Amino acid sequence: MTDAFLENAFFRNIYCNLASSASPRCAGGGPFGDGMFPAGMEWLAFLITAFVIIFLVVNAALLAVNIYIWGERRLVARLQARLGPNRWGPYGLLTPIADLIKILTKEDIVPAAADRLVFNLAPVLIVVPVLLVFAVIPFASSTWVADLNVGVLYIIAVLSVGSYSAVMAGWGSQNRYAMLGAFRAVALLVSYELPMVLALIGVLMITGSMSLVDVVHDQNVPFALVQPLGFLIFLIGSVAEIQRPPFDLAEAESELIGGYHTDYSGIKWGLFQAGEFMATIASAAIITTLFLSGWRGWGFLPSHIWFLIKLVAVLFAMTWLRGTLPRLRIDQVTAFAWKGLLPLAALNLVVSGVLSFIWPAPGVAELWVMAIVNLAVAAVSIFTLGLLLGPRPGERTTPAGSAVFMPAKREGTA
Amino acid sequence: MTLRTEPVTINIGPHHPSTHGVFRLRVTFDGEVIVDAEPVFGYLHRGTEKLAEERTYVQFVTLTDRMDYVASMTNNQGWVLAVEKLAGITPSPRGVWLRMISAELQRIASHLVAIGFFLQDLGAFATPLMYTMRERERILDLFEILCGARITYSYMRPGGVFQDAPQEFWPRLDTFLKEMPHYVDEYERLISGNEIVLVRTKGIGKVPADTLINASASGPILRAAGVDWDLRKKDPYEFYDRVKFDLPLAKESDNFARYIVRIQEMRESLKIVTHCKEQIEPGPVRPKEVPFLVRPPRGDAYAHIEAPKGELGYYVVSDGSIAPYRCHVRAPSFINLTLLRDMLVGWKVADMIVTFGSIDINMGEVDR
Repeated sequence: MTDAFLENAFFRNIYCNLASSASPRCAGGGPFGDGMFPAGMEWLAFLITAFVIIFLVVNAALLAVNIYIWGERRLVARLQARLGPNRWGPYGLLTPIADLIKILTKEDIVPAAADRLVFNLAPVLIVVPVLLVFAVIPFASSTWVADLNVGVLYIIAVLSVGSYSAVMAGWGSQNRYAMLGAFRAVALLVSYELPMVLALIGVLMITGSMSLVDVVHDQNVPFALVQPLGFLIFLIGSVAEIQRPPFDLAEAESELIGGYHTDYSGIKWGLFQAGEFMATIASAAIITTLFLSGWRGWGFLPSHIWFLIKLVAVLFAMTWLRGTLPRLRIDQVTAFAWKGLLPLAALNLVVSGVLSFIWPAPGVAELWVMAIVNLAVAAVSIFTLGLLLGPRPGERTTPAGSAVFMPAKREGTA
Repeated sequence: MTLRTEPVTINIGPHHPSTHGVFRLRVTFDGEVIVDAEPVFGYLHRGTEKLAEERTYVQFVTLTDRMDYVASMTNNQGWVLAVEKLAGITPSPRGVWLRMISAELQRIASHLVAIGFFLQDLGAFATPLMYTMRERERILDLFEILCGARITYSYMRPGGVFQDAPQEFWPRLDTFLKEMPHYVDEYERLISGNEIVLVRTKGIGKVPADTLINASASGPILRAAGVDWDLRKKDPYEFYDRVKFDLPLAKESDNFARYIVRIQEMRESLKIVTHCKEQIEPGPVRPKEVPFLVRPPRGDAYAHIEAPKGELGYYVVSDGSIAPYRCHVRAPSFINLTLLRDMLVGWKVADMIVTFGSIDINMGEVDR
């Protein structure tokens, strides 16, 4: 049984105040008294502590979703020359709460033709796996729920459950729009998982451990610099995995109305939305941990503030993408994954393998050498790929009106 | 091994986020590929042509507003031109200039809506739409100064317009003319060079020029196929022979060509407005001798104009009374929409919506 969370002073305090002082984990007494439970009841103390932790993490995730929904709406509004929500609470901060109340009071409709079990299970299945991801993320220098030695593998496995949810929602709704959306979602998830996982292997080769705590501990140089190609692939793959623009074709509003959640209403629809936003936060947290050196920073700020700053930066970038880019088509999306990202990920794997062979346990100086080599490889390979996949010479005219063979003179722009 | 698959028929609309109103499209998909598409119209039919028979010639101006409700000014213009032709009215020059100014501003506003919703259909999460709406708002402000209304103007009358532009209109128009080219540049920076936009629109929804001509299509979608056809040049009505402007053409006839032609047409319209503003002279906006109750002699007349969406024509038959005996509207949206099947078959679901958006239709005009 894992008890890594007891390394956190806060959780240890709870545990040791409950368990008897005879417990080996609370040896040394110190600030802790004798404990509330008699000897032999340590299991109960452990259970209560675990429950408190899970309660805190789940609610923190839900609160983060609320704040993120507000932040994204405000930011997108600014990108679109609007004001955004500003009515409820200061700066509109309570808008997600008002939305939640509205969603909860809506009628919950199940279509007559729907497969009720599958239909009702799908929204649950989209939220639970994402919540599970937060279990292994180290939020600060000593704050995490579980330090799994297969942490990275666990994240990949848990996140891929999301595609089941899409299929179940699409199939259970008995709606053709939903079905098309579900097919698209699965095609997308299957295509992008592969390059994502391959990109992660480069990181794992350097750290030699799958535990996220170890990965952060070994990041003397942020892996975004050491593994630039892997970082790019993982970032693009993450945006595709959580189906945000420009990869939001599974729920493409202008084509499929709502994609696989077309037929959902009320709190089930809300769960889909919450799951989507939570997945965005989870992906940003994974990127922060694996590539942006997690909670590490300079001493003048506490470690969880550093984690938060990096998390918000990644979320900002994702929201920016959403506010700017149109949607790609399904064949273009999958072609980009198989023809573009997968070869790049394979190349990254080979280069990282060679570098790890030369320096099995790299120090800071070696990490910087790796960073320079990898940056050069990334620049050359992305350029080459652009030449290979991009338009043929003459096929693409330059933008802004050269398609017009009688170009209108621009005037009045003085 | 081959899996047995079968095509699926889906009703896109009449209630769908991107059918631009109540339009229904029965599409048959093979996976994501369109094998057949059948447009179904008529959900917004209000019998406008029949209603014309119950109204006087001036009263019907208000109903033309309701046809293409994002380009009401040009609808007014087509109708009053037809009535003038029928009744032999010579409009006063100042009224004609004001009609041209408002029609060209309306063309810009309509193209702004077209481009915004085209990008919205492309999945651009409303950002370009909000940008174009921001400038359309300024044009609506100008129209509000001009006639007091923002959507349904009813500004034009047989013989001219119903009132002169107030003093504050002209400086506001000058500011707009000065600033609008920058905004068009801004759209081009945001959209025209965007790699995703290019990859989604170039070479998609192609229609050969002869198909377009055979279907009697008109407007930007015809000019995007390289056909040099614009009624402002080919059959100059009003004073279009007195202003200088170029005709933006593209030869690809794909979705991107239609978009870029609209962008360039906005620049040309700004030129036309500038020329009109230079040549406008003081005088009455409507001849005194034109009666309120126009009573044309027996006969018929057809007048057509280049509306933002294509050739808008009004055929009016008079029996000598105060109301038309019969009125027919040649609606550009309706005729352009009949080409939808030729554009769609063989493309994917996502292309369907984008192509549909690139035609730029208005259901109020299609169903009338």
